[in-house]
Amino acid sequence: MADTVQYIFDDQNLRRSEPAKYKPEDLKSEEMIVNVGPQHPSTHGVLRLEVITNGEEIVEVVPHLGYLHRCFEKHAENLPFNQTLPFVDRMDYLAAMNSEHAYVMGVERMLGIEKDIPKRVEYIRVLVSELNRLASHFVALGSYGMDMGAVTAFFWMMRDREHILRLLEWVSGARMLYNYIWVGGLFYDLPVGFEERCLEFMNYLKPKLQELDELLIENKIFIDRTADVGVLPVDLAINYGITGPMLRGSGLKFDLRKVDAYSVYPEIDFDVPVGKGEMGSVGDCWDRTWVRAQECKESVKIIEQCLQKLTGEHKRTRSFDPREMVPKKIRPKAQDFYVRAENPKGELGYFFRTDGRSDVPFRVKSRGPSFTNLSVINELAKGGLIADLIAVIGSIDIVLGEVDR
Amino acid sequence: MTFDQIIENLRSAFGENIILSTDENATPGAIIIDEKNLLKVMVHLHAHEQLYFDSLSCISALDNGPEMQSMEVIYNLYSIPYDHHLMVKVELNRTDPKIDSLTSIWKTADWHEREAYDLFGIEFKDHPDLRRILMPADWDGHPLRKDYKEQTYYRGVKVEN
Repeated sequence: MADTVQYIFDDQNLRRSEPAKYKPEDLKSEEMIVNVGPQHPSTHGVLRLEVITNGEEIVEVVPHLGYLHRCFEKHAENLPFNQTLPFVDRMDYLAAMNSEHAYVMGVERMLGIEKDIPKRVEYIRVLVSELNRLASHFVALGSYGMDMGAVTAFFWMMRDREHILRLLEWVSGARMLYNYIWVGGLFYDLPVGFEERCLEFMNYLKPKLQELDELLIENKIFIDRTADVGVLPVDLAINYGITGPMLRGSGLKFDLRKVDAYSVYPEIDFDVPVGKGEMGSVGDCWDRTWVRAQECKESVKIIEQCLQKLTGEHKRTRSFDPREMVPKKIRPKAQDFYVRAENPKGELGYFFRTDGRSDVPFRVKSRGPSFTNLSVINELAKGGLIADLIAVIGSIDIVLGEVDR
Repeated sequence: MTFDQIIENLRSAFGENIILSTDENATPGAIIIDEKNLLKVMVHLHAHEQLYFDSLSCISALDNGPEMQSMEVIYNLYSIPYDHHLMVKVELNRTDPKIDSLTSIWKTADWHEREAYDLFGIEFKDHPDLRRILMPADWDGHPLRKDYKEQTYYRGVKVEN
């Protein structure tokens, strides 16, 4: 017991490590600091919000991050590219496949092998990414419903998400953190019978998405809570670097799957839903949620087309080896490289600097969509009510694993 | 606009010496400019009609280590209406890294610069709210510097094994 060091209690500890930006003596009369989080279900993780209120009205929101900081960038510059993949999973843990896809794409382009990847591998990547996008949107929609007081939607969404997690577990062996998409290929081919089961699931899911619309999105109470709340104009959104469903909710048709046309997305037919302000103004919380719900339907379309290709043109053969192109040593030549891809939450970017001498990158920076999207929270919540702050946080759809990295 | 046209545009606006060098090897193509010219070049890139880089995708800071005695800040710009990219690199002195803040142009810069300040100790001049963002406020040092050593004790708890 001699080496055990006790955590020294001091009532000033928290104040020193995470001091509030505002001091009580700086506030005007009637103003008050309300601390929301870090342990609060509606902050969707360990996010702390220092809220300056004037009665029921919000004057300013100051987010405090870092409770889930796990040094991704430090790990990434000490490990070879392929060993970083499990860490990539743990950033946006609700959409690990999408994050892996973006990272792997960057490394493959640096190596110059992106054209040699077999089509079947690319289709499987898109298939699992879109399944994961569905799962991520289900969490966003379900938990948002729960924030707004609609508990049933949460149970329904979690039930359907469970099916997806089981499908992905069948593919990769893990429920959430897959390490399935490898640089140059995949861990394994799809298990035998997966395509049929997945198609069955899609047929099951389509009416459920319709039910979701009726239960939650078009629900009168839900509309009252979210329409005209947290309106984000499109120019402000771009200035803050907002991407993904949030930007599309503000009415801009901008989807990197279409703009950059990476992987096999150009061969697939799907729409990009944008917010139209049907229930209030363009870019309110309802629009963002509606965009997510519509994107689920588009993902179903993409998955069906992938399954069609994977059972037809690029079907399973005895000789197919998903690890055929996996390089023995990943050593890109010296360069700076920025890669980006559409994650469920927005643009996930990686900046790489490689020195060409080793298989360890000199620097990796990840630009997480949650991190950048969260920075607009003050603009959205300012001047609103405290109850609307909860609506705003949920509509941003953050994953703290990616905010803090 | 292509990369060459962007360079041409910048040279005609600010003179031949504005771009110290270019890095065609980088993806997207990169220009290297002097830290003193950063703000005016960025204002031009953002406001010019044909360039119109309306979105700042990413700010990455980078430490070249004590031997090189330099740090870098790398800006990734993207124009949504014109669909063109640009990487802008700036080299800084490592002993006293200081650079202009871009928060007056893009609000994205706010948190990205705070992160660079937190993890690298780069000071952004005129930043409205330069506090640590990921690490605790009473943490010592800047963890992503190449010569960073963890503090041994944090509030009486041993940090390193």
